[in-house]
Amino acid sequence: MAGQSDPQLYIFTAPEVEFLAEDETIEIVPNIRMEALNMICGDFGPFFPQMAAQVPLWLAVALKRRGKCAIRPPEWLSVVRLTQVLEAERESPREFQPLPFHYVEISRLLFDHAHDDIPDEYMVRSLIEDIRDVRFHKVESGLESISGRTHAVKLKNLSAMEVNIVRPFIIRTLQAFYKHDSPQMIPQPEAVGNRRPQVADRGPRRDLRPR
Amino acid sequence: MASGSEPWRSELGEEDGSIAETTDAELLKRAWRNEKAAPEILQFQAALVLRAREQIQLLEGTVEEFVENGVDDLVVSLYQMDLDRSQFLLRSYLRLRLQKIEKYMIHISKTNLWNRLSEEEQRFAKRCTDIMEKHLEQSVLSRLPYGYQSILKQSISSEEDDMVPEPQLDTFVFCKTKNAVGAFQLDDTGDEMVDLVADDLYVLRYKSIKGLVENGQIDLV
Repeated sequence: MAGQSDPQLYIFTAPEVEFLAEDETIEIVPNIRMEALNMICGDFGPFFPQMAAQVPLWLAVALKRRGKCAIRPPEWLSVVRLTQVLEAERESPREFQPLPFHYVEISRLLFDHAHDDIPDEYMVRSLIEDIRDVRFHKVESGLESISGRTHAVKLKNLSAMEVNIVRPFIIRTLQAFYKHDSPQMIPQPEAVGNRRPQVADRGPRRDLRPR
Repeated sequence: MASGSEPWRSELGEEDGSIAETTDAELLKRAWRNEKAAPEILQFQAALVLRAREQIQLLEGTVEEFVENGVDDLVVSLYQMDLDRSQFLLRSYLRLRLQKIEKYMIHISKTNLWNRLSEEEQRFAKRCTDIMEKHLEQSVLSRLPYGYQSILKQSISSEEDDMVPEPQLDTFVFCKTKNAVGAFQLDDTGDEMVDLVADDLYVLRYKSIKGLVENGQIDLV
């Protein structure tokens, strides 16, 4: 993405997207006893061994890394569910299936730190990768169909990380189309008697055909 | 942030998303996200920043006490992580605003965007503009021919202040509506209408939705 102006301003880095995802709640099963935590981001606990509790993902990962709990993978992160999602994704070339907004970040964090808590871990991993691929191809073909001046693009069910990846490109593309396809740029028919050479009339806008 | 309609969330038994919104941590996150994604500087959230600061200071004190009293390392480190996260949000929020001020300092000083700054930011902006003006004056402008020495105008014959960089309000931003907004007019000419349904993700021109962002109906993503 060379040649961007304001690289710092509207760009979220991947770690920043992950930071936002880390506040999502997830279920843990602690193996220790711990008093309640009264934190800025909320109150959690008290924790008892073998009693499930809901905590933010960052807290779950911290406890897991210290061997103080097991993480219960969310319901959507299972072979059964993900296979359904993958099939649905493949069958609908224009729509995205509903998935948790932070599914990429959540699954990544769980694979990295709690892979032993995920049943059929390798299958789940490969399903997530396939889902990401299929969705990203859809994003790419959707982008190819942007043609003239577009005022709004609807991206229903796109996830946070996917948004972040295409953000710079979409913004610059829409911007460029907006600028160059502006009605002021299409020359108006000149009054009779004007001697200036006519700029070639661009004619009606042609839609780029999606491939 | 999502409303209860998203099937994944409701399975975890989450409460209605609007309740989660009102914690200070959520508000700070939202302010940070909006500030990052918006091309112009937004209204300074004075009350929120004050409360966040107080909470952070309180927690800092608590953590120190814990360390002194020999509280369990694990608990201390967890509180420390929470502290770090909140500090990051607050600092990043303030830093983003400073970046925008530095970039558009003259424009901000000359328009009602000035009112969106906090007192300290206004002092900062004033000092910035003074230093910048002095620097440009001494190094460049005083050596230019008469009529071209203004920091604001290209030449005396310019009608407006055309040397002042302005934020591009026309730029596109990603946004998500919290509740349905209904049909919404995107364009000045009234040609483009868009039906904003709850929780959908859109890419729109910032200028069109400026008002909605300001009163919290739309979140920038």
